[in-house]
Amino acid sequence: MINFFQPYAEYGGEWLPVLLDAMLKTTLLSISAFALAVVFGLLLWFCQASSAPSLRHFASLYVTVVRGVPLLAVLFLLYFGLPGIGVTFDAFTAAMLGLALCFAAQVAEVFRAGMMAIPKGQREAALAVGFTPGQCFAFIILPQVVRVVLSPMIVTFVSLLKDSSLASLITVDELVLTGRAMATEYFLPLQIYIAVGLCYFLVAWPFSLLSRRLAVR
Amino acid sequence: MTALLSVTGLRKSYGSVEVLKGIDFEVKAGEKIALIGPSGSGKSTCLRCMNFLEKPSAGDIRLDGERVGVRPGGRGDSERIMSDRQLAPQRAQMGMVFQLFHLWPHLSVLENVAIAARKVRRLSAVEARDLAMEMLAKVHMSHRASASPLELSGGQQQRVAIARALSQKPKLMLFDEPTSALDPELVHEVLKVIEELAAEGRTMLLVTHEIAFARDVADRVMFLDGGVIVEEGLARDVITTPREPRTQAFLKQIRH
Repeated sequence: MINFFQPYAEYGGEWLPVLLDAMLKTTLLSISAFALAVVFGLLLWFCQASSAPSLRHFASLYVTVVRGVPLLAVLFLLYFGLPGIGVTFDAFTAAMLGLALCFAAQVAEVFRAGMMAIPKGQREAALAVGFTPGQCFAFIILPQVVRVVLSPMIVTFVSLLKDSSLASLITVDELVLTGRAMATEYFLPLQIYIAVGLCYFLVAWPFSLLSRRLAVR
Repeated sequence: MTALLSVTGLRKSYGSVEVLKGIDFEVKAGEKIALIGPSGSGKSTCLRCMNFLEKPSAGDIRLDGERVGVRPGGRGDSERIMSDRQLAPQRAQMGMVFQLFHLWPHLSVLENVAIAARKVRRLSAVEARDLAMEMLAKVHMSHRASASPLELSGGQQQRVAIARALSQKPKLMLFDEPTSALDPELVHEVLKVIEELAAEGRTMLLVTHEIAFARDVADRVMFLDGGVIVEEGLARDVITTPREPRTQAFLKQIRH
């Protein structure tokens, strides 16, 4: 046991700032990707709920395709593939876009399910008092959907946070890539990867707690 | 005296099943009409056709002379059913009370009653609030104005729902089995409020299973069965001395 903890005592001071830096990168990447995923996801949800068949077909095709393609393949396509047709992203942007495009489908699904949880009578009562469909959505449906989806949205964020580790494979220096570099340098993979795991946990844990609290209410 | 609401040739089909097979009736201003009948007779569907929450397959509904839910088509004599957006101003003229209340749980009791006045009738926040308080007083719910609908009993929720419909200043009130979902001991407080509104001279169309209430409060009763009006007349006559065998059988069943 002394041997196991000894490297933390010896190198902790060197590791800590590096890991904190990588943790910040992971958090930044996750938050920006998630914000974008919510925007894309809402657009996708509006397409699904639209009365125009072409928009609905596009949305269902999008969700089907994204469900069938691994995130890593999307990241490789964006970072290594697109330069072939002259479109170049830096690694961080490519990772952010890839995560957002994939998680948009999940966000849309969460909103769709949230909408289905609102009883039909809510809309009928709103139409009956003379609301237009737009007013009904803005004042009656959306505020209720937001409450319903808050907890599953946080769960989605945590899962995005963990999947952001794939960005290491397109050279984003987030936690996993940083950990790998450190493991090679110090030759202490056990201690380092445990520290990396702990970093993820420290970011994700508060969100998990929050989501559980919201779900209970 | 011309009718406030007139319905002619109202039909409604779901696929190949016809639930309303040609309904005609009129409601004069100030009249209270009860729709009774066995479940599945089409009475709720009929009521929901009045404000087009259910789109009729055929027929002509007029409120104050204005054709509800249908506008002239672009070419020739074809008619087109209005969109929900186009229907909104017409629906605003009819207050509706549902079996399951359908209060909005994310809003307070006061907001539930004030929001339509604010957003549909465009009253100022203060005016809408005052109006809502006035309507809540009518249904004896002023003391719970700041509560959430989720904290209320079924009877209280339904009274708030009635206040919400009243806030529209509707020409006509539609009640869709307003006491059917209530615990027996809560039915009375809701019926009492409806009775008070009836005494104010409001025009009402009421779908109900409360036969004694229909007899005492309604001016006329319509008995629906199998998608047609089987019998119609003065409330006391239809309920105490029904002419049609089907009405007699139904009323007998309900009393036992």
